[in-house]
Amino acid sequence: MGAIELNGVVKRFGPITAVNGLDLDVPEGICLGLLGPNGAGKSTTMRMLTGQAIADEGEMRVLGYELPVQSKPARAEMGVVPQLDNLDVDVTVEDNLAVYARLYRVKDVAGAVDRALDLARLRGRRRDAVDKLSGGMRRRLLLARGLVHEPRLVLLDEPTVGLDPQIRTELWTLIGELKARGTTILMSTHYIEEAERLSDEVAVMHQGRIISRGNPAHLIAEHAGTHTAEVYAPPQRLTELRASAEGAGLRVRPAGPAIAIVGSETAAEGVVPTDAVVRAATLEDVFVLLTGEEAE
Amino acid sequence: MSAVPETAPPAPQRTMRRLEPAAIAGVMSREVANFRTYWRGTTFSSVLEPLVYLLAFGLGLSATLVDEVEGVPYIQFVGTGMVATAVIFSSALPAMFGTFVKHRFQNTYEAILAAPVDVEELVSAEMLWIATRSAVYGCVPLVVTFFWGLDPAWGMLLVPLFAFVTALGFAGFGVAMAATVAKIDQFNYVTALFVTPLFLVAGTFFPINGLPQFWQDVAQVNPLHQLVELVRGGAFGFEPWDLARFAFLVAFAFATWRIAIRQMSNRLIL
Repeated sequence: MGAIELNGVVKRFGPITAVNGLDLDVPEGICLGLLGPNGAGKSTTMRMLTGQAIADEGEMRVLGYELPVQSKPARAEMGVVPQLDNLDVDVTVEDNLAVYARLYRVKDVAGAVDRALDLARLRGRRRDAVDKLSGGMRRRLLLARGLVHEPRLVLLDEPTVGLDPQIRTELWTLIGELKARGTTILMSTHYIEEAERLSDEVAVMHQGRIISRGNPAHLIAEHAGTHTAEVYAPPQRLTELRASAEGAGLRVRPAGPAIAIVGSETAAEGVVPTDAVVRAATLEDVFVLLTGEEAE
Repeated sequence: MSAVPETAPPAPQRTMRRLEPAAIAGVMSREVANFRTYWRGTTFSSVLEPLVYLLAFGLGLSATLVDEVEGVPYIQFVGTGMVATAVIFSSALPAMFGTFVKHRFQNTYEAILAAPVDVEELVSAEMLWIATRSAVYGCVPLVVTFFWGLDPAWGMLLVPLFAFVTALGFAGFGVAMAATVAKIDQFNYVTALFVTPLFLVAGTFFPINGLPQFWQDVAQVNPLHQLVELVRGGAFGFEPWDLARFAFLVAFAFATWRIAIRQMSNRLIL
């Protein structure tokens, strides 16, 4: 039994189909990164998993519970870390945790709060109001709040969106610890590096469905080969080089002020200019090739 | 002996009911935790506002224009009626604004509903908490009126119950409105079209039998008027049909509870 089993899930908002025949199977004990551009349907999928959106079509099972009918007991065994900070800012750190321990029917509320404080490394700030905490501390508290009941499954919805690199690294360390404990994690993100670092498997989501899935190394090997050549040049030359590379059967993607010739190791001599910077292919190459969107 | 294939036992299936007291208590504990941070300001305004009305109308008019109404000193007539004013202002308005802010600006409900809490439990907890607070604030004008000669009566012990049930109804009304309006500015319409007229035709400041027949009829379906009459019944003696008034308030609370749940479900579950 998978922790999450979605079959042919469709969710429409009026004329917009946000999730379009989504099939997703997340085995227990792995961290699956749901990688997709804005509007790919990641947040809607998260909402459906927490019972806050009802699928128009398809079947959904979470931890063996059928959704939406058994959404409530399913939610009791999963933790959610939302994209937006929705902590109670005037309330103390420990009261924020205690409230959610009660909502999740934890019997030993004080013990759960202590464990969560240790996880978030906030034991010394337990009696401070949330609005006295730094941005990084607040994100750690948000993560700890989602784990206060020691869930079997954790949904991380864009856990580091909008954070500076230092706080992002702090969060990654905490998520890494959670992974090491064997907790099943579904993490939506549009940050390539985050997906690559934390996920055992990555599912690329585009226009409401999964278009490719595998562990990052396999995805790269399957879609981008081993090497990518980046060429920095004036726009006119880039246009010519692009046409030439595509004419030779190579895939080319925009890369900011440059173009990236993906799978350059297969290129015939003379197709890749000598001034190109050749580097190992990355998940970003895969993402841009598959979705047509610039990566972040 | 035949070999038994080893299969993992199925995960235990947890069952959860509707309207679980633990879920309602959990949501209310959040309200209590927040209330501890702002109770002074809220209590100050909830107590002061009806007091100002009581002093302005009760003392002002009784000193100049009105001595007695229906055989009761005017200050006591207003003081008992002001319970209803305190109740509507400490239930409908916090329910409207509080619910809207928690939903639209703080994303609080998104976090609560990610836990094993249903919209029905969420709305019930919000209404119960607002009604509890409002029942306490609603008694303040009555207590203050003791200082102007209102004699304590056994029936007054029921006033917190009357205030609680009425506040439940208005809390449900406020939550339903918050889940219906598109922008916070639209509460101006709600206040102008519902809250103020209900407040004015409740019989707080003058007996409604002096009003044109249409407004007397409106007053009969005004929960605030029923509350005013019940509080005066508690202070000066009940009448047989006060039981019907109370039943009306219970029905009002039940109706707004169900409407609030429906509206909030439409708003929160996409």
